Amino acid sequence: MMTPRATYLADRPIDVIVIGGSAGVLDVLRVILPSLPHALAVPVVIVVHVPERSPELLPQVLQHSTPLPVKFAEDKEPLAGGTIYFAPAGYHLLLEANRCFALSIDPPVLFSRPSIDVLFESAADAYAGRLVAMLLTGASADGASGLASIHAAGGIAVVQSPQTAEAATMPTAAMTLFDPDFVLSPPDIAALVASISSQPRSSAWIRRTRTDSN
Amino acid sequence: MRLLLEAIYAAYHYDFRQYAVASLKRRLAQALIRFDCRTLSALQEKVLHDKQAFPVLLEYLTVQVSDLFRDPLYYLALRQHVLPTLATYPSLKLWVAGCSTGEEAYSLAILLAEEGLLNRTLIYATDINSESLRKAQNGVYPLDRLRLFTLNHRQSGGKGSLSDYYHASGQSAVMDPQLRNRITFADHSLATDSTFSEVHLISCRNVLIYFNRELQDRALGMFQEALVLRGFLGLGSKESLRFSAHADGFVEYRPDEKIYRKAS
Repeated sequence: MMTPRATYLADRPIDVIVIGGSAGVLDVLRVILPSLPHALAVPVVIVVHVPERSPELLPQVLQHSTPLPVKFAEDKEPLAGGTIYFAPAGYHLLLEANRCFALSIDPPVLFSRPSIDVLFESAADAYAGRLVAMLLTGASADGASGLASIHAAGGIAVVQSPQTAEAATMPTAAMTLFDPDFVLSPPDIAALVASISSQPRSSAWIRRTRTDSN
Repeated sequence: MRLLLEAIYAAYHYDFRQYAVASLKRRLAQALIRFDCRTLSALQEKVLHDKQAFPVLLEYLTVQVSDLFRDPLYYLALRQHVLPTLATYPSLKLWVAGCSTGEEAYSLAILLAEEGLLNRTLIYATDINSESLRKAQNGVYPLDRLRLFTLNHRQSGGKGSLSDYYHASGQSAVMDPQLRNRITFADHSLATDSTFSEVHLISCRNVLIYFNRELQDRALGMFQEALVLRGFLGLGSKESLRFSAHADGFVEYRPDEKIYRKAS
């Protein structure tokens, strides 16, 4: 297994962090989110599979794991650095090239809405290679092809090591499609995200965000 | 993609040029597979030269599957907090903008019937997809969806039984013609057409999420123009006016259910 060098992500231009997971993922997020830099300059966008009519508690539950603000993404909302966003239940969440969110009620993908593939594929398109994506534990193959798109676009692909996953289907599906940049246990993923620079790497990102909020 | 959308507009007068890009790309990617085209320019060739292909592409670009009483709490809020105000008008006009295959229009018609308002109400239900409008006009839904619809209806505060408003025919549920008679289904584009009537309530749910901000603003401006003073606007449960140029033109009325009123 590869060990992350602490400086690895600090050297990379990263404009957004996208994360996907399903069965067992809350426990992993509780390990990862606390190690995000408190002065994180980039947004974090997370899709977790939840039933369409489930109570909307995700941000509330995970707010306990981080001082960074945690909320549901809204349609047309500009992404703000240092904020953690969740996809609302029953909607796909997409990223637009103008650094805003978009929602859709297109049919479920691999029985899931929100779908990780939909988020990841839109992120690959909108952010080219300037992102890091993490696919965590899950009992479905959703997210694997989206992660492959991000990898192909030059983004950094991180997969939770299957032996540490409560459900290995999701990480394994990604690893059969391509060689991820990192295959890591949750504590190692936490160490990796801790290395993400708290300084914005891309002035373009700030410029766009400012323009959008006008 | 730009070229394809321009070509569609020029040839068929359907304007997708201001749709939100990410969802549109996804839908076009699916259409590429369906048409066995490798590139968007190949798809462009196909829809321009094969008149049969365009309606199929239109399905990919527009069709939305909804449910009767989708988001029951929205309908409960209309029932409890909006219809009592609407009941003070001698006659009512409602507009379901982007009605797709009609579920939202029939839900409103049932709601009005239950509250004793249907016989003085006219519902305009508009969409750009004529095939969807045809299905909406027919008001026939697969019987296996009725279990969910019935549950939704009950959670929306439904007074009677949903089965009072349809009859089963084979594997289908056919909506009561008395509902249909109060609904005018019509072709109307939020991107290119203008207002056609003054209305008391506009319900436009999960349509604006497919538009970019400019087109959202165009549609919301039209809604503002169409609504009577203090008229109501209902949006989808994850839509808001917060990022719109028209935020000041409306006031929040039931924020949780995304019901607004035109500012006075």
